Amino acid sequence: MKQPVNMRYDAIRPDHRIISSLITAGSSVLDLGCGSGELLALLVQEKQVRAQGIEIDEQAIYACVARGLSVFHGDIDTGLADYADGSFDYVLLNQSLQQVKKIETVLNDALRVGKKVIIGFPNFAYVTARFQIFFRGRTPVTPSLPYEWYDTPNLHFLSISDFTQYCRKHRIVIEQSIFLGTEEEIRVLPNLLARTGIFLVAK
Amino acid sequence: MAVLKFKDTGHTHSVQRTDKGGSVGIVKTRYCTFALPPDELVLESGEKLGPVTLAHETYGTLNTEKSNAILLLHALSGDAHAAGFHKGDDRPGWWDDMVGPGKAFDTEKYFIICSNVLGGCKGSTGPGSVNTKTGKPYGLDFPIITINDMVKAQKHLIEYLGIEKLLSVAGGSMGGMQALAWLTKYPHKVQSAMLIATAAKHSAQQIAFNEVGRQAIMADSLWQNGSYYGGRLPSKGLAVARMVGHITYMSDSSMFEKFGRQLKNEKQPFKFTADFEVEGYLHNRGDNFVKRFDANSYLYITKAMDYFDVSDGKPLYEVLRGIKAQILVIAFGSDWLYPAYQSQEIVRACKMAGINATYCEIASTYGHDAFLVEIEEESHLVKHFLKKVFNGYEATSEYEI
Repeated sequence: MKQPVNMRYDAIRPDHRIISSLITAGSSVLDLGCGSGELLALLVQEKQVRAQGIEIDEQAIYACVARGLSVFHGDIDTGLADYADGSFDYVLLNQSLQQVKKIETVLNDALRVGKKVIIGFPNFAYVTARFQIFFRGRTPVTPSLPYEWYDTPNLHFLSISDFTQYCRKHRIVIEQSIFLGTEEEIRVLPNLLARTGIFLVAK
Repeated sequence: MAVLKFKDTGHTHSVQRTDKGGSVGIVKTRYCTFALPPDELVLESGEKLGPVTLAHETYGTLNTEKSNAILLLHALSGDAHAAGFHKGDDRPGWWDDMVGPGKAFDTEKYFIICSNVLGGCKGSTGPGSVNTKTGKPYGLDFPIITINDMVKAQKHLIEYLGIEKLLSVAGGSMGGMQALAWLTKYPHKVQSAMLIATAAKHSAQQIAFNEVGRQAIMADSLWQNGSYYGGRLPSKGLAVARMVGHITYMSDSSMFEKFGRQLKNEKQPFKFTADFEVEGYLHNRGDNFVKRFDANSYLYITKAMDYFDVSDGKPLYEVLRGIKAQILVIAFGSDWLYPAYQSQEIVRACKMAGINATYCEIASTYGHDAFLVEIEEESHLVKHFLKKVFNGYEATSEYEI
């Protein structure tokens, strides 16, 4: 995806730019693991969404509130159960799915609470990661998986192929998928060449 | 309902600035009386009460659109004096750290109102007030009042002040209960609510602690079934009630930090006196409290808290459904009197009811007292929340902490 040369867009993370492009203006969005609210604030500005975040980190909550966002302090695993079906147009799990305890419960709830779900995660089968495991015999540390084995918040390690297979098995419809390399979109061999996969899915 | 009198003596603003915001300066409590017979206030119990006086203070200026008014709601032992100083008194109001120019409740932007609750003893009508029918203090003839009754009385005050809709209602502990009552009883009158260290209803544990306080008062022989006015006061009983209260307001770690096992006087022989620092502190708190609080008010107000259930036995989300107001819920990590799970229950109901809300559990070691002392984090949340409610929804990519 080529963006015009524009200072403002340069400051926006490529995955945020893609997610914003997937979202219909004026819709409602629940961001699970919204961090300091960068993505939600972008969506409010660019897409005038009704935004709600859930975030576990107290300092990140203060940052969200300072941005004028509505956010719940809590974890993703227990954060979804109370919402009624179809409460939001979109539920976002950007760079947070790999950190939840019960993936299946969270995904099922996300697909129930959101009419659509956008999931972005680091691809464990990225070529550099494969190289590090295969040749160096080391747990991979890559730009999208930047943690050492002893201090990683990630509980699950999945590849793009793992996720597409999971969706097939659980009859989750992948409406759109976008793969990111360093900055640019990857169109061939994404499971090998993409650092990040972003999926727009629905049940 | 006619308003009998409204002493508008005004107050001066001698603004002193510090980096943490300034003081509202010298303030005066004012009194508004309404519900004159035969137009008495109809209480939730069906009983009628009138005339009713509410002591109140205001800080800042009401704007021409009357859109910047915030009602602060005090806890069990609070009063109308939320900020600034009374003439000749060097102790500031109970939420002075939060209210003033440049502070969380910024008096340069907002018009802040605080009133003493119905049933209180700091200038508002309560069991210690004179019953106009008998010419004597009510005592136990004072009708049972509820949190909803307190809020109903506040609505009269707000209307008297010419305010159609409050920008926000905010309070901690029992103040949060009143804010919940405002949200559900008068949803069109509030644009937002801040519910701090509070609960939608008391747990058995909370009722139990209140009951110990009440029993201490009633066990005092001077209590005399509430007819002690004009004679000696049931000070011992009220002091014990306050001591129990103070234990529940602190946490194990805040008590450890403050007192440890420190003795007051190393040489003093063991005589069942206040040997430990913590004992001395509690005695001191109890003794101070009886000088400023009425035992019967303590009984009435704690009962009002215990009976409060904002959803009246129904699921909470049912009474919150359809509410347009934005809600900020704050809990504190070490608060075991109003534990975070009670705030989370409110948050869950907000989710089910589809309410735009924010929840933060502030890490603190101060226990329930935290809502009066964890000023930095609380101010940050309150300030930005109010900014959003007042200026309309506007998320920004720039922020500062």
